[in-house]
Amino acid sequence: MRVYADNAATTKMSAAAISAMLPYMDKIYANPSSLHSLGQEAKEALENARERVAKVLGCEAREIIFTSGGSEADNQAIISAARIGERKGRKHIVSTAFEHHAVLHTLDKLKKEGFEITLLDVGEKGIVTPQQVSDAIREDTALVTVMYANNEIGTIQPVEEIGKVCRERGVLFHTDAVQAAGHLHIDVKKQNIDMLSLSGHKFHGPKGVGVLYAKKGIALTNIIEGGAQEKGKRAGTENIPAIMGMTAALEEAVKNIDTNAEKVSAMRDRLIDGLSRIPHSILNGDRENRLPNNVNFCFEGIEGEAMLLLLDDMGVCASSGSACTSGSLDPSHVLLAIGRPHEIAHGSLRLSLCEENTEEEIEYIINAVTQVIFRLRSMSPVWRDLTEGRQQFVIR
Amino acid sequence: MALYSEKVMDHFRNPRNVGIIEDADGVGEVGNAKCGDIMKIYLKIENDIIKDVKFETFGCGSAIASSSMATELIKGRSINDAMTLTNKAVAEALDGLPPVKMHCSVLAEEAIKMALKDYYDKNGIAYDCSVFPSCDDCSHCHH
Repeated sequence: MRVYADNAATTKMSAAAISAMLPYMDKIYANPSSLHSLGQEAKEALENARERVAKVLGCEAREIIFTSGGSEADNQAIISAARIGERKGRKHIVSTAFEHHAVLHTLDKLKKEGFEITLLDVGEKGIVTPQQVSDAIREDTALVTVMYANNEIGTIQPVEEIGKVCRERGVLFHTDAVQAAGHLHIDVKKQNIDMLSLSGHKFHGPKGVGVLYAKKGIALTNIIEGGAQEKGKRAGTENIPAIMGMTAALEEAVKNIDTNAEKVSAMRDRLIDGLSRIPHSILNGDRENRLPNNVNFCFEGIEGEAMLLLLDDMGVCASSGSACTSGSLDPSHVLLAIGRPHEIAHGSLRLSLCEENTEEEIEYIINAVTQVIFRLRSMSPVWRDLTEGRQQFVIR
Repeated sequence: MALYSEKVMDHFRNPRNVGIIEDADGVGEVGNAKCGDIMKIYLKIENDIIKDVKFETFGCGSAIASSSMATELIKGRSINDAMTLTNKAVAEALDGLPPVKMHCSVLAEEAIKMALKDYYDKNGIAYDCSVFPSCDDCSHCHH
């Protein structure tokens, strides 16, 4: 059996997305900047996609910029807001400790330029409050950037209320909605969002394409210089097939958003209940305010990479926040931000579902994870010290 | 390309010499749970020969495989052979480790050395301190 439970990393493309792309590869393949009729046909498709995406997000077509993905959109939103702020002498940015690296590393870059960055605590539940944002905003705050839903632990942030605080205080508000788009309702007007990033491949669209929504009047700074595409704000020939695929996938995801959420969250809850039965395990992130598809646990006494390899042998595709999988010596910054100690964060497992998973697969995952944890604990000196009383359990 | 060699995966999936020795003559533990890996080696020594060896490891796939391979390389050998086992030899016996995982073989080498040091200490055998690792020397972790 193969069970794909890594949908927060990326998703399988939908049939609708693939069929929406195909005509733009071998039929309407011309450059939308070309004057000839084939080029103009591509241009028409591009503008049609822009209108459809705008409709889904609740904004105007001219407020949509197509990018190479969520990371580029995050970079451009933050850099643009920083440049706007700088011109008015505002060099302070408010964000959270558990943003995606596309946000955190861009903020690091600005810090080196002399910006001051306030990263808000997210608490054990992994949720920031509008009050925290309000308290952090200063006279010289140029931007508040808070993700809609966390990519590792799935916790949903109160973006509408945060946006309201930002509006009242006259500060730009950006949200990284990469994990939320297609899974949670988005209405940028109602939710007081000035800028929003999303990525095509998190809702069964293609990789390498994303969207930056920027409210009209916000002067964007180019990240990529070159031709006059995207109203001169994002150079490079538009990736029409990917844009068409993403648009189709987004529409489909949003059309089924409530039925999918109901189905997936029922499986998520069953999975959480099943894994909670493993002794000395703990769910990461608030149980209620989380993405319908996200399950993230820490298991005491074991290391995450070993867990992933054994799960892979059993056909289960998952992720971990251990150092060995993060590519650095430290475990996930998200798990550290919610207060998990290093030794516990190394033993984390993220399972992210989609509507194609089945109840049978959920039972299979629970079984596989339980077996793998038992096996790794049986060879762990840490587990022996814990069970023989030489060390105290962190997770009771 | 797979992350690990077939040999690493074999020793990870079917680790040799897992467990503990209740009446071990030497026990060595290295690593730090904060860094995500701890190795513990148990030795049974008779007439300077390693009669039995067991290990327990908290760590990633290559840490488990490195411990398994290291125990295989010293089992039945003299304590002098065990003292001179290098991390490179462990990594080579596993058909190589990815560069970021080389520290796992270092831990295996050090765990064996620390178990031998424990044996020397218990038996009043003199040794040169400088050949043994100390935690401060470990380049892997700086928490």
